[in-house]
Order: sequence, then C-alpha cells, then structure tokens
Amino acid sequence: MDAFTTHTGIGTPLRMSNVDTDQIIPAVYLKRVTRTGFEDGLFASWRADPSFVLNTEPYSRGSVLVAGSDFGTGSSREHAVWALLDYGFRVVVSSRFGEIFKGNSSKAGLLAATVEQSDVELLWKKIEQRPGLELTVDLEACTITADDLTVRFTIDEYTRWRLMEGLDDIDLTLRHAEDIDAYEAGRPAHKPVTLAT
Amino acid sequence: MGRTLAEKVWDQHVVRRGEGQEPDLLYIDLHLVHEVTSPQAFDGLRLAGRRVRRTDLTLATEDHNVPTKDLHLPIADETSATQVSTLRRNCEDFGVRLFPMGTQDQGIVHMIGPEQGLTQPGTTVVCGDSHTSTHGAFGALAFGIGTSEVEHVLATQTLPLRPFKTMAIEISGTLRPGVTSKDVILAVIAQIGTGGGAGYVLEYRGEAVRQMSMEARMTMCNMSIEAGGRAGMVAPDETTFAYLRDRPHAPKGEQWDAAVAAWRELRTDDDAEFDAVVHVDADALTPFVTWGTNPGQGLPLGESVPDPATMDDDDAAATRKALEYMALEPGTRLRDIAVDVVFLGSCTNARIEDLRAAAEILRHHQVADSVQMLVVPGSMRVKAQAEAEGLDVVFTEAGAEWRSAGCSMCLGMNPDQLSPGQRCASTSNRNFQGRQGKGGRTHLVSPLVAAATAVRGTLSSPEDLVDDRADTTTLQPA
Repeated sequence: MDAFTTHTGIGTPLRMSNVDTDQIIPAVYLKRVTRTGFEDGLFASWRADPSFVLNTEPYSRGSVLVAGSDFGTGSSREHAVWALLDYGFRVVVSSRFGEIFKGNSSKAGLLAATVEQSDVELLWKKIEQRPGLELTVDLEACTITADDLTVRFTIDEYTRWRLMEGLDDIDLTLRHAEDIDAYEAGRPAHKPVTLAT
Repeated sequence: MGRTLAEKVWDQHVVRRGEGQEPDLLYIDLHLVHEVTSPQAFDGLRLAGRRVRRTDLTLATEDHNVPTKDLHLPIADETSATQVSTLRRNCEDFGVRLFPMGTQDQGIVHMIGPEQGLTQPGTTVVCGDSHTSTHGAFGALAFGIGTSEVEHVLATQTLPLRPFKTMAIEISGTLRPGVTSKDVILAVIAQIGTGGGAGYVLEYRGEAVRQMSMEARMTMCNMSIEAGGRAGMVAPDETTFAYLRDRPHAPKGEQWDAAVAAWRELRTDDDAEFDAVVHVDADALTPFVTWGTNPGQGLPLGESVPDPATMDDDDAAATRKALEYMALEPGTRLRDIAVDVVFLGSCTNARIEDLRAAAEILRHHQVADSVQMLVVPGSMRVKAQAEAEGLDVVFTEAGAEWRSAGCSMCLGMNPDQLSPGQRCASTSNRNFQGRQGKGGRTHLVSPLVAAATAVRGTLSSPEDLVDDRADTTTLQPA
C-alpha cells in the first residue's frame, strides 16, 4: 500500500445521501477474480444518465469525492472501494460512512474523511461555484482545503498512522505471532472445528 | 461495573490488547468463505507466500453466483463460473473444506454455520459478507468483513479491531399471531434509521426475544447491518442449546456439558450499562413492509405511501427520489400495491420455519395468475427437510416454483433476477435500487406477508385471507 500524506485533486460533488454499496458497484460487476479493473462498475446504474455528475466535465476527472451522509452503507464488498480507487478517487468525504466500507477503505488505501454535514454543504458550494476547483487533503493536519475554505476531518488515529506509513496489516499482526500461538494453546476444547466429522 | 454480552465475548477473544491508539487483536473462532469476496484474498496469500493458518476453523460454500435450477448443467454465465471454479481451486490449494453447489450440505453461507452446529455461543464468527450478523442469534460475536480482512484472517486467524459500542434493543411484550421477527427488525430500522446502529453491536433483549425460535432470532440479527449495526446478538438460552444439540459439529458428551456450562455465563450482567437503548413494544406491532429504496423506508402494512410534501427538506428529497424509482404515488394504500414477483428466500428468511409458515398459507390458496413466486430454500439441508415434509408439493401445487439452495434473487448476481420495472415482494434484506436486478423494485416483507401477497397479488397479510379460510388466525409467528 502506498503511503498517504497529502493529496490534491479536483473535487467531485455527489449530492446524495444513503449511497449504498449496491449503488457504488452493483453485484453484477463483482464477478472478477482480480484486484483491479472495477472502474466500469462504479455507480454503473447512474452513469447511464448523461447528467450524472461523473458524466460531466470537469467532475469526471475528480479524485476527491464529496458525498452526502451515510456513504457506503450495506454490503461488505471491498469492490466498492476498489471501484472508487480504480476510477481515480483517492479520498471520499462524508458526514457518516457505512462501518464496513470505512474499514475496507483503510485497508485498500482510500482515505474516508468524516466531516460535519455543514462542512459537506460548504465544500459542495465551493466546488460548484468553481467547477474544477482542486481540493487539498492533508492527512497530517486532518484538513481539507478548498480555495479559502479549510475544514477539519476526523479519522481514527491508528488508521491515520497506518495510511501515512503505508503499512500492511498482516505484517503488523504477524509481529505478534507468539501472542497468537499462546492464545491458541489456551482455547477451550469444546470450540468447534470445521473438519469433516 | 458489569459487562454486556458483547463485551464478554470480546474479552474472551483478545489475543493482545492494543497499546495507545492500537486496536486490540481478536481471535476468530470461525471463518466462513464464499466465492465472491475471497478470490483476491487467496491471491494475496499466494503473492506473499502465506498459508491458511487454521484450515480447521475455515469453511467455504458456493452461494452468491449459483443457479437454483438445472444444477446438472454447467453455470452458463462465464464470469460466475470462473468465480466458482476459482473458489474450488483455492480451497484445494489451501486445504479448506468446501460445500460445492448441489451437494447435501451446501447452502447460503449464513445457513450452513448454524445448521452444522459450528456457530456456537461465545464464538467469534467472520465472513466476507455483511449478513454475518445472522450468527449473533446464538450469542456469537459475528460480523461482516471486507476482502483485505478475509486475507488477514486466513493468514493469522485474528483481526485488529477497535471495541464497538453497545446498544440494547429492548423488545417487551408478545408478538401477535401473524407478526414475525422480520416485522420487528423492519420496525426497528424504520425507527432508528439505516445509520442508527452505526458503531454499535445491537443486543436484542426482552420477553418477545425469549419467546422467539432460533430461526426468528437469526432473521432479526441478520438485518442488524441494515440498521447500520456492526453485529446483532441474542444471549443464548435453552432454545439455543436445544437447537445446537446433536448438530454435526456441536460438542458431544462431556464436551457438551462443559460447553453449556460456559454458554450459561454468556449474558449481560444486570449492572452492565449499554451505550444506547431502544425500546420496542411487541404487542403494538403489525406486519411491516418497505415502500422505498432503503430498509429504513418502511411502514405498517395498514398505512399508505408517505407524502414528501409533509416532510422537511432532506427527507422530502430522499422520499421523492425513492418514490420515483419505486413508481409509487403518495397516499396509495400499501395494500393496493400490486406485485409481479414474490421471492421467498435469502439468508434472512429461507429457513425451514419460514418455509413452513408460507406453506401453511399456500396449502389452502393458489398463487395469483399475475404473480410469479419463487421459493428458494437457504440450504440443501433445508430443501431436503422441506421435501420430507411435503412442503415442495404444497408450493408447486399452489403455483410457485421450487428451487435449489443459493442466494438467488436477493442480490442480482445469478440467473434469478427481476426485469427492469418489475415489482417484487421479497423476504430478503435489501430494497436498494437495482438490488434484485437492474430496474427492479423491491418491497421487503416477512414470509407470511410474502405468501399472502402471492395469493392476492397485492401487498397483503394473512389477515386479508381470513375470509377465505377461518383458521388462519391460529398461525404462529415465524
């Protein structure tokens, strides 16, 4: 995973709340067995509409998606994160995220930045006043800057540290392999196993 | 201070407490795997030269992509076939036990854990599927994870996690006949919203929950994710133990006694405090259905499609959008909404009790000519059980289609899909736009409402059939 410190890119306003993962990428696009190539499925059912924001310049070239509340609710599909990344987004901003989506974002290197809903509104206004406006997202300072507007975002400290270091979770866990061994040695005997009976 | 059920299970699984900002490292007792969210995880293991740490705590099934009829034929959709064959190869390469399509133990991933007796009180259960919350009905801490986490669990049998907050859903009173746990959870979601449970483990408590069967509890826990919750839980009791006893992977002999003794400790202490509490009056509930495009947009069946003109701006905009997609007019009585398809199935409501409840109605009625009804048992074991009881004959004689196990029309990933514009009364869990097929319109309902709707052709409850059959009122909640 690449380390994330700051990112600057065009802001894309998505004026919708409750964008569930079925809207981010419908199930029919989940059938690939690879990690990449999901950009065609991103918001697939809305992209048929010529007026959809990703079909309009310059928003189609955006890399910072500013969405309504409850973004990424629903299914656990990490493909939703991959589709956003494959399309070119590095940051999604919302006032509230689906829990699993937020976790998946942190694993795959997409920054899910939580801001106040009033700040979402301010960002939308700024972006729409000047389409193509570049937003700067600073993970060190936890700020998003759009022209003369700077808003703060929240992200849990551990995720922030991991994203900034670009660390792989599995490697981090395997540093504690001895703890896992010790735990396994003490598990109750009545715990189930999946092997054929 | 006392601890909640969720906190007790958490504490029992801490491999290592996080220092400072670090999350805790939690041990995972059971990892369920399916074909959609696992291929990239197995690939990750290959690239890093890692193995599956505990194949004996891992179990795979084929469910999301599988067709539910003509199983003797190859899977027609090429990419679906690739996903299934990739899972088979991965399970073989890494030594993971697999229940392949068409075999006796195969089923939806959240059916097989409970029916094999693998989902046990006090276990931690994960799967790359948000409806893993289902398993919480046994007093397990069970939650959905993404593919990166699937890889993490395969490699380490652990997950770094931050403690969840806890929310009590106190369900007092007794459900009336014809009102099910599906109606309860739809009412809860309508009450707290699709984000209301965000960050919480929901513990369902109270008299009505104690009276529920394991099947009913699973339905409720299943949709905890639709309320935004990370997991749902019910404290284990005699109902739980009776369900588990003699299942293939349940403890035997002395181990059983030791297990039950440990399981009896798994309840929220009287002096424990929840971070939030929600009250539901079971006596007041009636059958509940959704009218919109998220599971929080639901109402009692006796009401009408809401009018955005009476709402504040945000709600009005969301409602207008939903009604436009659903092609519904404000003020229309929900009972007057005609459907094209009825789907009885999914990890929410495709257990034997759900099928029995629906069959009890269809035994005396015919599916309306205007309706196509699909009955899809959640697992091959449920299918076999239903056939042993003759339920398949009841369904087919009533004019419904009887299928084999799989996720089917819940998610528009296999051949069972709605056509654009079709309207469906579905016992599944999500009414998102296009969820059941592009352009499809979904109303979430209980199995009883599904069966009554199939008969009348419009959203209905068994009450609406009373004129035709005097003894419907004796139906027990599913």
